[in-house]
Formats: sequence, C-alpha cells, structure tokens
Amino acid sequence: MKYVNQAIPKKDWEALVTGKPVYTNDLAPEDCLIVKLLRSPHAHAWIEEIRTENALKVPGIACVLTYKDVPKKRFAIAGQTVPQLSAYDHLLLDPHLRYVGDPVAIVAGETEAAVETAMRRIKVKYRVETPVLDMHTAKDNPILVHPEEDWKVLIPLGADAKRNLCASDVEEEGDVDAVYEACLYKIDETYTTVPNQQTMMETFRTYCYMDYFGRLNVVSSTQIPFHVRRIVSDALGIPSSRVRVIKPRIGGGFGAKQTSVSEMYPAIVTWITGRPAKILFTRKECMTSGSPRHGMEIRVRAGADSEGIVRVIDVHTLSNAGAYATHSSAVVGLTGHKSIPLYRHLKAHRFSYDVVYTNTQDAGAYRGFGATQGIFAVESAIDELAAKMHMDPVCLREKNMLLEGLPPRGYDGNLSVINSCALDRCMIRAKEMIGWSEKYPRMELGNGKVRGVGVAMAMQGSSIAGVDVGGASIKLNEDGSYTLGLGCADMGTGCDTILAQIAADCLGTSVDRIVVFGVDTDISPYDSGSYASATTYATGNAVMLACEELSRNITAHGAGMLGKAPEDTAFDGEAVTDGTSRVTLEEIALHATCGVGDQLQVSRTFSSPVSPPPFMVGIAEVEVDKETGQTKVIDYAAVVDCGTPVNPNLARVQTEGGLVQGIGMALYEDVQYTDRGSIRNNSFMQYKIPSRTDLGNIHVEFESSYEPTGPFGAKSVGELVIDTPCPAIANAIYNAVGVRVRDLPITPEKIMKEIWKKDRG
Amino acid sequence: MVINVILNGKKIQKDVEPDQLLLDFVRECGCCSVKRGCETANCGLCTVWMDGRPVLSCSVLAVRADGHEITTLEGLQKEAKEFGAFLSNEGGDQCGFCNPGFIMNVLAMEKELSDPTEEEIREYLSGNLCRCTGFVSQSRSIQKYLQYKKTEEGGKDA
Repeated sequence: MKYVNQAIPKKDWEALVTGKPVYTNDLAPEDCLIVKLLRSPHAHAWIEEIRTENALKVPGIACVLTYKDVPKKRFAIAGQTVPQLSAYDHLLLDPHLRYVGDPVAIVAGETEAAVETAMRRIKVKYRVETPVLDMHTAKDNPILVHPEEDWKVLIPLGADAKRNLCASDVEEEGDVDAVYEACLYKIDETYTTVPNQQTMMETFRTYCYMDYFGRLNVVSSTQIPFHVRRIVSDALGIPSSRVRVIKPRIGGGFGAKQTSVSEMYPAIVTWITGRPAKILFTRKECMTSGSPRHGMEIRVRAGADSEGIVRVIDVHTLSNAGAYATHSSAVVGLTGHKSIPLYRHLKAHRFSYDVVYTNTQDAGAYRGFGATQGIFAVESAIDELAAKMHMDPVCLREKNMLLEGLPPRGYDGNLSVINSCALDRCMIRAKEMIGWSEKYPRMELGNGKVRGVGVAMAMQGSSIAGVDVGGASIKLNEDGSYTLGLGCADMGTGCDTILAQIAADCLGTSVDRIVVFGVDTDISPYDSGSYASATTYATGNAVMLACEELSRNITAHGAGMLGKAPEDTAFDGEAVTDGTSRVTLEEIALHATCGVGDQLQVSRTFSSPVSPPPFMVGIAEVEVDKETGQTKVIDYAAVVDCGTPVNPNLARVQTEGGLVQGIGMALYEDVQYTDRGSIRNNSFMQYKIPSRTDLGNIHVEFESSYEPTGPFGAKSVGELVIDTPCPAIANAIYNAVGVRVRDLPITPEKIMKEIWKKDRG
Repeated sequence: MVINVILNGKKIQKDVEPDQLLLDFVRECGCCSVKRGCETANCGLCTVWMDGRPVLSCSVLAVRADGHEITTLEGLQKEAKEFGAFLSNEGGDQCGFCNPGFIMNVLAMEKELSDPTEEEIREYLSGNLCRCTGFVSQSRSIQKYLQYKKTEEGGKDA
C-alpha cells in the first residue's frame, strides 16, 4: 500500500483554501430568477383561499405558484433507495399546512426585493386548527397530521397515518421480563434528546436551468444526486430521464443534504417558466424548515447479575418524526440496533419503538442517524447500573463489551459474528490517554470547581447491508492517466481523495495520475449517495472491483500488443511484460484510445450483504462549577477502530469534528418550541454551536482492526464519531458532582436543579 | 449612490443601493470567496479586510466602503495558498466553505499579533465558526504555519 493509510492532502485543497468559485451559488448563472417560499405561520392550518393577483403585478415577478399549480401525487423527500422506507406523504405545495414553516407558495422574480414585495402581497385565508405538538400525545390523537386518503407507505413497519404513526415495532430475543426480574442490579430510566441542527456552513441551495435538449438541469448542494433525480421527477411528475443532477463542491452536509430539501422549488419554476432559477435557504430557514435530528425519548431497562454481567437490555424509543415521515422509520432502528449489541453477555434483549407524526418541523438524517440518541441512553443507563453496583464503569464495560469473533446481539447488519473489532484495545488506550485510574471518579480543585471523568463506547455500521449501492467507473486515458468516475458525493469529507488513494494502489500508479470526476447523473455511475457511513466501504469496494477488472483488461490489451497470451504477462502499473519484452502503460493507453483497440473502461457496482461496524471509546474529562453548574470539557480522549484508516489525517479530522458536534449536542445545542409550535432557536444567536474558545483538548488515536470485507481492511468512520460525547459527558458530570441529567442538552440550569434536589435530600 | 472603492488593489466605481451590504457588493464584483453563512453576524464566513483590518462584510454597508480599501481572499492568493497548504496538510480544509473567512482572519492575526499563545489564537479567531473540523486541525495548522514563518523570518534576518 503506497497511498492507502497515507495522510495526503485532499485533491481539491488548493481551490478550497484560495476561495475559488466552486460551490452552487458561485456557479449559478447571473440571470437566475430568485426563488423564495412563503411559509406557514401556523403549526396546523388549511388554506381556505389564496389570492396571488396582486403579487403577480409586482414588476419583475415571473411566477407565483400555489397548491393549485403543482402535481397532486404524493412523494417522499428522504434520500433512500427504492422501495423507500419513508411514507409518500409530501406534495410540492399542499393546502394542508402541517408545521410552522410548511411552504404555502413559491415566488420567483428577477430580484430578491421584487420577490419579497410579492410575498407580502399574497393574500392567504387560513383555517387554523389545533396542532399536535407533543410527541407523547400524538399516537392515537384524534387530530391527524396526515388524514389524507392518498397517504401511502411501501414498507409498512407498523406505520398507520390514522394513528399518527410513522413506524411502530417490537423486536425481542429471549424472555426479557423474566431475565430482568432475576437480575440483582436493575436500572429503569428514561432519557431525552432534542432535534439538533446540522448547521453545515453552506445552507440548502439549488439552481436549475433547461438545456438544449429540453431537459431540466439541477445543480445542487446534495449528498444524494441520484435520489434527487428521482425525487425531482416524482415531485414534478416528469420522467427522470428529463432530469439531470450535478453536484459541485458542497459546504458540508452531515446528513441534512441526504434529504431533498431545496431542489424541487427552483426545479418547478424552471420547468414552468423555462428560465434559470435558484433558491438559497437563509440560515433561519435552515433552522426551521431543514431536516434536523429526531428528538427522542428513550426508556432503558437493563439488568446485571451479582458478578456485574449485563444480562438484559430493553430499549423503547419514542421518536418525533415531525410533520413528514422523512427518514423517520429508518432512523429509529439505529437507537436499538447500534446500542444493544455493544454488550456481549445478554440472555435477552428487546427493542421496541413508536415513531409519531406531530405538527413540528420534520426531522431527517443527521450524522449518527439514531445511534447517537440510542447510545446516549444505553451508555448512560450502563453507568447508572455501575453506580448501583459500586463498580468502576470502565471495569463493567471491560467485563461486558463486544469482542471480535462474537455474535452482535440485536444488530441489524446481517453478521453472525463480528469479524473485526478492537473495542477492547480502544478501551485500554483511552484509559491510558486520559489517566482514568488516577482521575476516576473526581478531583476537587478547591475553588468551587470539580473535575470528573466519564466513559462511553459506540458502534455504527458501514453501509446498509443489502441496500446501499456503491458505484465506480475507471477509464484509462490516452496519456496513461486514469479518470475515476464517482456517483457518491464528496461533501467536504474528502471521499474523492480517499477513493483516488484506493484506485492508485489498485492500479499501481500515483494518486496524481487519478483524475476524479463527480457527480453528474448523466455520466457518473449510479451510487446511492454519501450517507449511512457507506462511502469508504461500499464505494471503496466498487472502486477496487473496477480497478481490478481494468487492470486485467490492461494486461490483456498489453499482451495482445506483445502477441502473447494474457496469462503469460503481468502488469506492474507501468508496463505489461512477459519477462523479455514490454509495452508501457502509455503505449497501451494510446493504442486503446486512438488506435484500433477497445476503450479501456470499467464500471462496477458494489452492495454489501453485511455491514461491519466500526467501534470507538470516548472518555471525557469535565470541569463543573458547583456554584453555577457551568461545565467545560477539559479533555477528551477518543480511540477509534475504523479498520484501516485510508487517510489517517482525514479520518482524524472526521473524528475531531464529530466529537465537537457531539460536545455541542451534549452541552449547548437546544431546540425549543413555543406553545404555538414555532422554533425559538432559529439562528446562531440562539442555537449555540461550539466555537473554538469553548473547547479543551481533544486527543484522537486509532486502534485498527482489519475488516476482511472492507477495501484494504477499512470500515466507516464519519458517523460513529458523534456517538460518544453525550453519554461520556453525562457520565463525567455524574462522576464529578453526583447528579444525573437525563435530558439533553445538559445545561448549567439542569445541573444546578439536580444539585439542589440532591442537597435537599 | 456612486461609491469609489479600491477592491483588491483595483479602483472600482459603482452605483449601489443605499442598503446594499458590502458582502453582496464584493460578490457582485466577482469576489465569490466571500460567503454568507448566517444573517446574524455570528459565523465569520464573510470576513474581508477594510483598510487592512478584518470586518464582517455582512455588517458593513457597501456605502461605508466608499473611499476605502477592501481586500478579499481573491487579493491574497499567494498568502492563502501558503497558509492553506498547512491547513490541508492537517486535513483541515474539509468542505472549504468557511476557509476564506477563516484564512482572512488568520492572515490578519499574523500581522497583528506577534508570537500569540494558543489561547490568544483561539480568542482572535473565536468569531470564525467551522462545523466540519472541530477546530483542532485548524489549531495544528496555525501553530505549524507560525513556526514556519518564524523560521523563515529568522533565516532572512541572518
């Protein structure tokens, strides 16, 4: 391996650091119509009457579209493979408004000022209805979020719109109640999380234009170019062959852009007017009509025997889908499937869930995708169990953690045993890095402040087994360079680079000789997109398959030029030789392109029957002010097993970035609704994400296992890394001040309330 | 109203609306490195220099730039690439959307502070948000860059 496992810079670095115009809005034509959405001020209402004639009179207005002007067939906006899990519950514009921010009208005009004036002149008569805002009362509530008869679901999973249910199911192995009752130590607690925002720096944005073939071209900041093509065609009621989707550079995604949030609006404007059109979501729109994490309430029952062996885990998740099903039935699964299997001695386990519709912003995909919430709950509960046993929580985990070669209980990745797992080594190293044995549980600083340490383990998947599709095409160019065509979406993580590293090693060439191209749905090979921790693993495998086949084809072509049989020759990356004579790659390339030969190009697809989990251990050291509850993460030690890190620098930055997002989720990032269902925290003023002055030290190391089914032994890394901070910090705060906060974010107020409660006895 | 601005060393005369923001003005003049990441002056993506000092171009009216020198990353390509190489060597460029505003402030800091401590660096750059990196790789790259510049300066002095 010359390039795999090397920390090379990203192939696009120079354009990024010099500020070149490579993002959607930098590339949009100057004559684009500006598209904006008039949004519902009510959490639940019907449009009784909508009048647009005065708006249309505003100079420069090209069109004002209402529900009367758009197709009436429902579709789903989640970026998922067909048949998709999410209910078909969306219309481009709907007279039934289901949350504050639901689009009422699409306005397009020459200037932003004209569009804003026109928006003020649209007259809407709303019939305001009582909303369902509380997820606890949503199931079987007489108020229905989706009463419509054409609501449709392809994979039921317990969904029933007449009960406000997006999904509902129970999975059970063993006699959970009997095992629980027999346990000496028991815990039964409930944990809650809020709908965190991804806050990628580039908000949702798209521009569209018609080309000379009369096709709709959609240039968008998306993680899912191929799904967007299908969703836009569904939304507009046109064949997907009439739609082309192009992904330029993307200013971050973190799952937000795994939903088609912005594309359909300029698409229909361009389709109707024939004019180029663009939409740029404001930060406020991103916060109020985006695609955030699901707020959840998770009850965990866990029990251990006298030896500290965890025998049973029972997880029940109540998840708030919001107004539309977007990803919800998939997200909830990870709350159990990625938390329960962390424990290897279970005699019984159960995972049940209800996912409910409410009249709030619909949640979607956010890095971690449910695992983050589930692991917060289970890893908090395990520490509570340890406290009951008066056992060191690290020791409890060492006795119980999943190990290589063992079956993962309740895991969804179709694995009978885990083939690669260094969780035990991760724990040993993380303990050393933080100095656990000296620091556990707490250290009084003598100035009203106290420091505590807390631990958590995590796992995720690497692609969705049997569902996700990685695609790669590789061709030999006339000068002996290669073009690697990709359909996944580099959203800044550097997958274009790591896939080129894999290709370079497979072909025995230099990474500079690999030109990366992506994404254009007309040209790129099909790929389900960059999500579900799939790219390194699934697309990486597709790259390997394509390169191996191309390598064989190059050998055969070279052998033909030498007049030999392919089996008598070998290709070393530079030439094909039979030991005596040789023909160089450049000669083969020129012959195959400009000569008489076959073009040397291969396109391959990979879909994995299994999803090998990456693992990690995170240990937080926090400092809590006992007078104010103010908490700071002083140190964070993270040890990751992502198999072979294809690019250690990029894997490290993924980890650091994920940890800091997790720290934000644990301590600050709050979403609060008013009684009328609008979001209070709709800007960076109120929705605080971590800044560099909030942070202490962060130390990341790798303890790599080797995944036999992964490219060069690699597994995923991108999502796993957000999963440990919430429980590790909650556990560290408990160890510091002896109070347990089970509701995120863990603000100073919540800590103080618990401290006062404890002091009062 | 008509304003005269020296944008990246070039004299520009333009008729602007009284409420146009400097951010939109410089983008209209082709300086697309300058990004908008929020509407509340929190993110730092739109940082440009006015007379050599960093300002948030989302919070300055274009008319306020009349008679002033405005610098964007388009005018600092050599410097951006020099520091950017350190950033990308740490994998810290990531999605790149916050890079221009961040780098404008790093270069301003380099002029303003000599031998800053890690705490001073974090304080100076606290207005530059980044959601990809968690800031750690950015810190590593700044330390290494400043060290390199110091050695380079030292070499010149000798």
